[in-house]
Amino acid sequence: MAGIVAYGAYVPYHRLKRSEIAAVLGEGGGKGTRAVASYDEDATSMGVEAARVALRHAPAGPSSGIPVPERILFATANPPYLDKTNAAVIHAALDLPASALAVDAGGAVRSGVGALLSAADARVPALAVLSDVRTGLPGGADERDGGDAAAAFLFGGDTDAPVVAELIAMAATTDEFLDRWRTPGAPASRVWEERFGEHVYGPLADAAFADALKQAGLSPGDVDHLAVAGLAGRAVKRFAAGAGVRAEAVASDLTAAIGNAGTAQAGVLLADVLDRAEPGQTIALVVLADGATVLLFRATAALAGHRSAPTVAAQIAAGHDGLRYAAFLTWRGLLTREPPRRPDPDAPAAPPSHRTERYKYAFVGSRCDDCAAVHLPPVRVCVKCGAVDRMSDVPMADATGTVTTFTVDRLAFTPSPPMVAVVIDFRDGGRFRCQLTDSDHETLAIGDRVEMTFRRMLTANGVHNYFWKARPVREEPTRAEEA
Amino acid sequence: MGSRGIRDRVCIVGMGCIPFGEHWDLSTEDMLLNAATATLTSAGMTLDDIDAYWLGTAASGISGLTLSRALRIGDKPVTRLENMCATGSEALRNASYAVASGAYDVAMAIGVEKLKDSGFSGLTRMSIPSDGTGWIMGDTSPPANFSLLAPAYAKRYGVDADELKDVLTRIAWKNHQNGAKNPLAQFRKAVAKEAICASPLVAGNLGIFDCSGVADGSAAAIVVRAEDAHRFTDKPLYVKGLSFIAGKAAGSMDPDYDFTSFPEVVKSAADAYAQAGVTDPRAEIAMAEVHDCFTPTELVLMEDLGFAERGFGWKEVLAGTFDLDGDLPVNPDGGLKAFGHPIGASGLRMMYECWLQLRGEAPPDRRITTVDQGKKLALTHNLGGQPGECVSFVSVVGSEPSA
Repeated sequence: MAGIVAYGAYVPYHRLKRSEIAAVLGEGGGKGTRAVASYDEDATSMGVEAARVALRHAPAGPSSGIPVPERILFATANPPYLDKTNAAVIHAALDLPASALAVDAGGAVRSGVGALLSAADARVPALAVLSDVRTGLPGGADERDGGDAAAAFLFGGDTDAPVVAELIAMAATTDEFLDRWRTPGAPASRVWEERFGEHVYGPLADAAFADALKQAGLSPGDVDHLAVAGLAGRAVKRFAAGAGVRAEAVASDLTAAIGNAGTAQAGVLLADVLDRAEPGQTIALVVLADGATVLLFRATAALAGHRSAPTVAAQIAAGHDGLRYAAFLTWRGLLTREPPRRPDPDAPAAPPSHRTERYKYAFVGSRCDDCAAVHLPPVRVCVKCGAVDRMSDVPMADATGTVTTFTVDRLAFTPSPPMVAVVIDFRDGGRFRCQLTDSDHETLAIGDRVEMTFRRMLTANGVHNYFWKARPVREEPTRAEEA
Repeated sequence: MGSRGIRDRVCIVGMGCIPFGEHWDLSTEDMLLNAATATLTSAGMTLDDIDAYWLGTAASGISGLTLSRALRIGDKPVTRLENMCATGSEALRNASYAVASGAYDVAMAIGVEKLKDSGFSGLTRMSIPSDGTGWIMGDTSPPANFSLLAPAYAKRYGVDADELKDVLTRIAWKNHQNGAKNPLAQFRKAVAKEAICASPLVAGNLGIFDCSGVADGSAAAIVVRAEDAHRFTDKPLYVKGLSFIAGKAAGSMDPDYDFTSFPEVVKSAADAYAQAGVTDPRAEIAMAEVHDCFTPTELVLMEDLGFAERGFGWKEVLAGTFDLDGDLPVNPDGGLKAFGHPIGASGLRMMYECWLQLRGEAPPDRRITTVDQGKKLALTHNLGGQPGECVSFVSVVGSEPSA
């Protein structure tokens, strides 16, 4: 049975109030908030976080019954690298075996649903990761309406892993027309008059929807959850209103709180529906992008026991809406600020980064076989007992710890001063010094609980430096910890 | 096996130190020449009298050519070395051992650093190709690293935040008071406690005035066998103990480290005291030049060097124990705080103050009284790295051979 065996979404911590835009520019803006990737995040790092949410509570491996992904399909319209495979970073961060294939589906917003379908079609367990960082020129609709987020879905392929949502039908229509486009290197997308898009998308969506329902032997009234994604706002609204489903079946598009995450939006909406769908319910995901794509899922009895945490709703609720518009523009590279009077940071070098790949990307440390001391980074000589080459790998990415001491560094180079540095002692052993992110240092205190998060530390010389930071633990205790 | 030391086997017979500061018009070569010339003059020697050189510089030159080119030394061994902020002291330690071994009759240790050519106000880091995880040198700045000491100390010993700020302020105030009396110091003005306390924050609760001065400078010493010393001066300084330790860098990964001490300093001090035959440093030592890179460092060092009981260093600071007229003057020349901190030169600059004070040559307004009280030993200390992983150097020198 083809279907989803694990899923997760990632909504970044920061929110920009749309009223902040008007407060600075004197016009534009609007109501509500949009999600904003922090200065140390990009589509890849958010994709890692979404995949970690998906796999954290269903750790892949023989004991969980969740298969290890053999393919990673990463889709984004905002790839941090060209030529180089961004999915390889996700592959490394998840510490997947070398035998797993990792590929990008880059460029177009439609790549997101394409990655989902490719993963669903694969005979081997496949992980689709959808991620996007969206904005436009200051004062424009894309800046206001965009949002940053990611989502990840593991499909089971031919394995007998328990499926939480069975893919029961898929249909698509494709058409060539100017709706939204961007030439490589351009700072913002361009769109044709929205009423034209509404005109073209209407029949494309209706046809695909009808086709999918027919394949499944269903009528619109049988759909329990209808999620419609797409950047063509008028077309999306019109389809949702006219699809013939029960009014209460139309899922929120979440744009009032987090905006539209482009390539990732379909994934975030699907994750949000899966967070609350009941076993046996029918879910329709409709994506309008250069045509229409419709996926029909049926939630299974396994869903109740395999829901993702934190949920999309919980992540939306945990957002922090204190972000200033000037910081938002700076983070997106639209406002060039005076850099700190410090030397430019060095780019990471290729050979050492490759030698320490499992530490740098997957945060794997080492534990001394003789005295159990945990080492970050992993080392060959035990710092406690001196034993040499008596080490075992210890994955630390999901470890939690407390802040032993911290400092606010106003001198160190960081894209968003000041740097907050913490010394963490992990609950099950190990000490680590690192940066703290997504936090307000004014309220930070010794003893605060923290967890690890995968970030883009900085970019130097065209090289993105990915590594781990700590962030405050905000979510309620997860099911795994309660158990 | 053991650390035996070379007590009283070699002496310092000449020293020189140029003014530290922002030497926009002096190059590294100029400073080396000026310091070497002053030192040779001090010992009544010429370049031809020196058999071997040890040059300490953290990042202002590479190889012995940095010195041989500047002085046009012909065909003599010149060793360039680096050991972070203990670089200058390492030059002296290695020169001393070379003479003690009998390999050379006369050696010069010279340190230099040119920090103000970088265009940056603080120290800049060396570029070593890395994986970008911040392991080799860390992402954080030196003041941030050392700022971790203050809250940890306050918490462990129950000192409240305002009280601790007073303690740190007093350390900076004292060192500026001393520096104001020193014509060679970078900062030669006393600074009011209110101004220190209110200075803009750099890292943690450390303000600008909690940080050492970023300076250019150079200093040097000439070392000979003790039996030869009186050929050059009536008042040689006897090297009593030289200890250097590179820690195993455990504090950044070992949860047992609590940021209230430098274990490396404790060990190097014990080693130096054993070599020197010092059993009660607080009572025996006339003065100390310690590595006050940031004010909390000096506080913690008072305990690590055995000048104060654990948890009582802050009270001794407030009581004035380490003031110029206190029981144990610390940094009478102004310290890194006021004299400035050109990395490779600082260890030898510290020794220069011992040279002046133990020989009774410090200017009257800066002269310590403990020497007149009969104390004959002085200590220098350097620290490089950060709390949890550092190198530490401690020396003890004296104005007389031990009985």
